[in-house]
Amino acid sequence: MAEVTQLIHQYLRHNKKFPLVFCPGCGHGIVLGSLVRSVHALGLSKDEVVLVAGIGCSGRIAAYVDFNTVHTTHGRALTVATGIKMASPHLTVIAIMGDGDAFSIGGNHLIHAARRNIGVTALVLNNFIYGMTGGQSSPTTPEGAYSHTSPMGQLESPFDIVELTKAAGAGGVSRGTVFHVKALDGLIAAALTRPGFNLVEALTPCFTQYGRGNGFKNPVEMFRWLKDRAVSLEAYEKLADKAGKIPIGTFVERGTAGLETRYAALCRELREKKGGAA
Amino acid sequence: MSTPRRKTREAFLLGNEAVVEGALAAGCTFYAGYPITPSTEIMECMARRLPQAPDGVFIQMEDEIASMGAAIGASLAGRKAMTATSGPGFSLMQEQIGYAAMTETPLVVVDVMRGGASTGMPTSPGQGDVQQARWGAHGDHPIIVLSAADVPECLEMTVTAFNFAEKYRTPVILLLDEITAHTREKIQLPEPGDFEVFSRLTPTMPPEWYKPYEETLRGVPPMPPLGTGYRFHVTGLSHDLLGFPTARPEEVRALTERQFRKIDGFFHDIQLVDQIGTEDAEVLVVAYGCVARSARLAVRQAREAGVRAGLIVLKTLYPFPRKHVERLMRACRLVVVPELNMGQISREVKRVNEGYATVRTINRIDGQIITPSQILKEIA
Repeated sequence: MAEVTQLIHQYLRHNKKFPLVFCPGCGHGIVLGSLVRSVHALGLSKDEVVLVAGIGCSGRIAAYVDFNTVHTTHGRALTVATGIKMASPHLTVIAIMGDGDAFSIGGNHLIHAARRNIGVTALVLNNFIYGMTGGQSSPTTPEGAYSHTSPMGQLESPFDIVELTKAAGAGGVSRGTVFHVKALDGLIAAALTRPGFNLVEALTPCFTQYGRGNGFKNPVEMFRWLKDRAVSLEAYEKLADKAGKIPIGTFVERGTAGLETRYAALCRELREKKGGAA
Repeated sequence: MSTPRRKTREAFLLGNEAVVEGALAAGCTFYAGYPITPSTEIMECMARRLPQAPDGVFIQMEDEIASMGAAIGASLAGRKAMTATSGPGFSLMQEQIGYAAMTETPLVVVDVMRGGASTGMPTSPGQGDVQQARWGAHGDHPIIVLSAADVPECLEMTVTAFNFAEKYRTPVILLLDEITAHTREKIQLPEPGDFEVFSRLTPTMPPEWYKPYEETLRGVPPMPPLGTGYRFHVTGLSHDLLGFPTARPEEVRALTERQFRKIDGFFHDIQLVDQIGTEDAEVLVVAYGCVARSARLAVRQAREAGVRAGLIVLKTLYPFPRKHVERLMRACRLVVVPELNMGQISREVKRVNEGYATVRTINRIDGQIITPSQILKEIA
């Protein structure tokens, strides 16, 4: 406990109004904890970490953490993060987004960030719903699930965040859940150290806006659902019946140099050529 | 704004290329953009120049929204950042321009205006984005909008745009038109020191004393680059002095009022105009951009014909240089406002006129320039 208190004092802002804005049963606070533990484990200084957030419940996390924090517009966190990383490659840039934020309004930015492999860690808190606006379906809302904009059940099929980001060319892609906290800590820490664009999808329950309308009696049931559904990637691959199971773990570890590194190499080359000619 | 003093290096440049020279002279080291006619030469030129400039960063983004986002991020990281676009792209940028205004992030947006609404006439001139430049982003926010009438002015006003952005911590829009951007003219390239270059104030106090949105004498708080020890929160939400979201009426009011005051208190510095023959004018032409060049000739010809005509060229469009225009209008019987739109600056002219003079507009929206003779017909 003393350890937790120490981390809280070290990494959360003492001048920010607490408690957190999150509803009871929300998993976002757990991701916040995971992020702080990962940064701490890596020994990064608070000054060199920039946390860029979008709009939505996940976007509010930024205000609580004592990093450099930028709460941007809806869906645009990765564009601002890209600018920061290109301008100051020495900074550790993390973009924290929700599923609607990252894959609906910000979907184009996400696939391009993955394609250009910019050295940013994208933390997507996937709760299958637009929480802050009151429970509308998002691009990850499962088929048939109820929301205020799919009152008769969702007709559309959801994105598989991992597969999409993989296909777009990201340097690293992983998925965890807020039930498997230790594993999530590890996934975030690994993403922060791997070069290029790294995405971590964190499955997190939203009881208030999603669970209540979809047959969950309480938040605990939602955490249990995560526990039952999620299996490690290795175990998942051996499963004969994969139906209803969600693989978690690391899916891609390309480790290719980020755009900022390749750009710096180009500039160096140009300078040398110029120096040689003169 | 001081002009280059020595004649050392001459070049034959497009308006768009002169913008790049101005940006580099002002210390711009970051460009993010998306190709769009008729602004593309700015981007292409930056793509060649910035990787070779010290600390220069160029990046092509996936759209104009992303371009603005990247420019904002770079500016927060301490860079002088810019992007350039045209009509449709300018519309896409509005959300982020509002964010830059709210977060008081300095940056320069060049909008090379083309003809018509929507896709309109991409290779023809227009001046239809004037009101959008002022009011395009939602919510009350101050903004500075500049324009340029010829190639040397493209350079000079780009420097001015960066200086204003840095001095007042605000996005600055530089409105060009297709003619000005695509005209090739002789220009003196600036040497270091030719222009006064202003950079944003950074905090000097210890980080624990720093309040990112504190009231200051000029209303402009110092701004540290990300990663220098001053960890604070940047948000587009209405925020308190520390940058944290607030809905307390007194805090929200104080924020918005300071944001307006930092611009409104410095009209004498921001509102730039050129005047030709206005001392004794009884007929006044108010113009900007490429139309100002036609107006220059028309006013000269009118004078030769014995009409006491004068011209005021608006280099600052917003905040609208009311004091300058109003003073001249009081002495005139007729004011003519030619522009390549259905009447956007003439709305402002009529607003400040308050019935003193007759205001006549010349509006052209067919992708053609307003000729000197067209203006002359109205004033002589």
